[in-house]
Amino acid sequence: MLKRTGAQIFVDVLKSEGVDTIFCYPGGATLNITDRLADCPEIKQIVVRHEQGAVHAADGYARATGKVGVCLVTSGPGATNTVTGLATAYMDSIPVIVFSCQVNTSLIGNDAFQEADIVGITRPCTKHNYLVKDVKDLPRIMKEAFHIARTGRPGPVLVDIPKDVTSALTDAKIPEKVFIRGYQPNYNPHLGQLKRALRLIAQSKRPILYTGGGIISSSASAELVKFAEMLSIPVTSTLMGLGGFPGTHPLFLGMLGMHGTYAANMAITESDVIIAIGARFDDRATGKIDEFAPKAKIIHIDIDPTSISKNIKVDIPIVGDSKIALRKMIEIYEEEKGEFAEFHKSIGAWHEQIENWKKEYPLTYVRDGTLKPQFVIEKVYEITKGDAIVATEVGQNQMWTAQFYKFIKPRTILTSGGLGTMGYGFPASIGAQVAFPDKLVIDIAGDGSIQMNIQELATAIQYNLPVKVIILNNGYLGMVRQWQQLFYQKRYTWSKIYSPDFVKLAQAYGAEGMRITKEEEVEECLREAFSNGKTTFVDVHINPEECVYPMVPAGAALKDMLLV
Amino acid sequence: MRHIISVLVENEFGVLARVAGLFSARGFNIESLCVAETLDPTLSIMTIVTTGNEFILEQILKQLNKLINVIKVVDFKDIDYVSREMILVKVAAENEKREEILRLTEIFRGSIVDVSPKTYTVMITGDEEKIKAFLNLIKPFGIKELVRTGPIAIPRGDKAMKIKEKKGEDHG
Repeated sequence: MLKRTGAQIFVDVLKSEGVDTIFCYPGGATLNITDRLADCPEIKQIVVRHEQGAVHAADGYARATGKVGVCLVTSGPGATNTVTGLATAYMDSIPVIVFSCQVNTSLIGNDAFQEADIVGITRPCTKHNYLVKDVKDLPRIMKEAFHIARTGRPGPVLVDIPKDVTSALTDAKIPEKVFIRGYQPNYNPHLGQLKRALRLIAQSKRPILYTGGGIISSSASAELVKFAEMLSIPVTSTLMGLGGFPGTHPLFLGMLGMHGTYAANMAITESDVIIAIGARFDDRATGKIDEFAPKAKIIHIDIDPTSISKNIKVDIPIVGDSKIALRKMIEIYEEEKGEFAEFHKSIGAWHEQIENWKKEYPLTYVRDGTLKPQFVIEKVYEITKGDAIVATEVGQNQMWTAQFYKFIKPRTILTSGGLGTMGYGFPASIGAQVAFPDKLVIDIAGDGSIQMNIQELATAIQYNLPVKVIILNNGYLGMVRQWQQLFYQKRYTWSKIYSPDFVKLAQAYGAEGMRITKEEEVEECLREAFSNGKTTFVDVHINPEECVYPMVPAGAALKDMLLV
Repeated sequence: MRHIISVLVENEFGVLARVAGLFSARGFNIESLCVAETLDPTLSIMTIVTTGNEFILEQILKQLNKLINVIKVVDFKDIDYVSREMILVKVAAENEKREEILRLTEIFRGSIVDVSPKTYTVMITGDEEKIKAFLNLIKPFGIKELVRTGPIAIPRGDKAMKIKEKKGEDHG
């Protein structure tokens, strides 16, 4: 067989994996590969302005498409700049692969120019990582990397490739199948446990479905809707689970947790059975652990056994894929419908109770003539009718989006749920826009967050990506300011920030810039921004004092919410 | 509670760092850790002694299992097992004390592996209790240096750690 270089193998494996886009930044160590990629028009190469942006863009691409997001960066600083992006993807279980290039194998460990032990550095924030020491291992390792990233509980993988490996020759073939002795994820849930779970549900009076990002990653939305409807069980979702169940559905209670709805948090507190699916009982969702769902038995379905009983003791653990579990549960229900007669009779009272909570304290805000961020997000929803991909940054902007934009379909929200990475949303929206050039892609930002990766504006312009960035500008790091207002006697230390003129800044990069200061301007301006076909910054000057409510103070029980 | 855990891993660079990193990142304690190749040179066994309650132990076992390079994890909690540790101890041994130390070593079925005019270096293998007992007896003579391997363990009887070999999975 003809010998190929490592760089050629790199390109060939990407093609065989169906990779159509790679987010990258060049450097000395990448040269052999970039030179090969130049002859490969079927793989779009998006060169960013900072490697953190590359990983977030690949992550946004992965969340929006369900495919693996791929990055290529250079050694040393190129590689270390990807750490935040990897940690973000790791916390949210997003399949991303970072190929970092490394100094020559002969120099590894010698503190060579632009050398970093990136495999050591990223070990705790990747699902797995590799250093390729010999070119003959490259095809197998790359193949394994894709397999590990997209199967089981998905997650990021880093593959570090020394420069001399990219130029070395080998006749090693790309393996057709992957076999890793220590990695054989279990997709099929235990049938007996599923039957036990359904029996428990049949005996319950106040059940609730608590769903997370696992619904999205296993594409279990349709099954979730069917299951919830056939048993008429109300649904609450984590931030990561939004879009997994239609936000407009009458059974939907909205998000639970620190900024969850009153109805969702009360329903969790009063429920007698929780069916948690693809959710990991994050502390932002549970509030004070000791007082989380004190009356409930807990059924937990998760692909990752380590998630089960990690934070909350679970009564019926079920390890497996959410989609398969839901399908099986639907089948079991259909066979044993008779046993649910009593359940169906009594569930009405539970719905009534929930309706009362919804009416008592709906998601709302005070309309006082000032420009309110919630109003802006409601308008975004109204105009898009939920048919957009919405990225968020982190903080108040993220929570208002989660509360006031109704996510109807899966893979329409891109947000850093676990790590809470400011600066995530803008590059993520670029990744999604690359994947879906004709879709409306919006990043809801704060004036603080947008400045964490604002340099990617140049990337958006270079590749004609008409991303819309709506900056909810309040002159503060808003969520920090909110905590200071509520818990630190309004001492706004470090949270008041200076920002540039975002309109002029956008124009300087070659983008459109718009400014909104009054409620009356919102609709027209947004409509124009959404239809102009250009990269656009909309600088919205909101009421700087506005807070996100409801709020469960850190360490408090879910029922102890501060309301508007 | 003290636990002995046996971990079958790929014999590759970086695997020890992954296992140790898992413990340190989660604040779990490692009392001792022994690693060496198995009969199959592509595999190693790590014997880890750790402490923690049931809840912590469950997390340790699950998290270990989650590592890609970990093939099998065995907790010896409910298994009848044999465990041995080895120590090398350099003890002050002059004049009339030399005879006494020699006798103690024989009783404990150890051996003197190095001799100098003023010291003996004694090798003892055994379970934790035996080693503790020997050290208590030898302490009054003056221990100059001590190294220990930490325990290794293996189930009693015909039980053996087997790996389920599966066929390659379809990719994707």
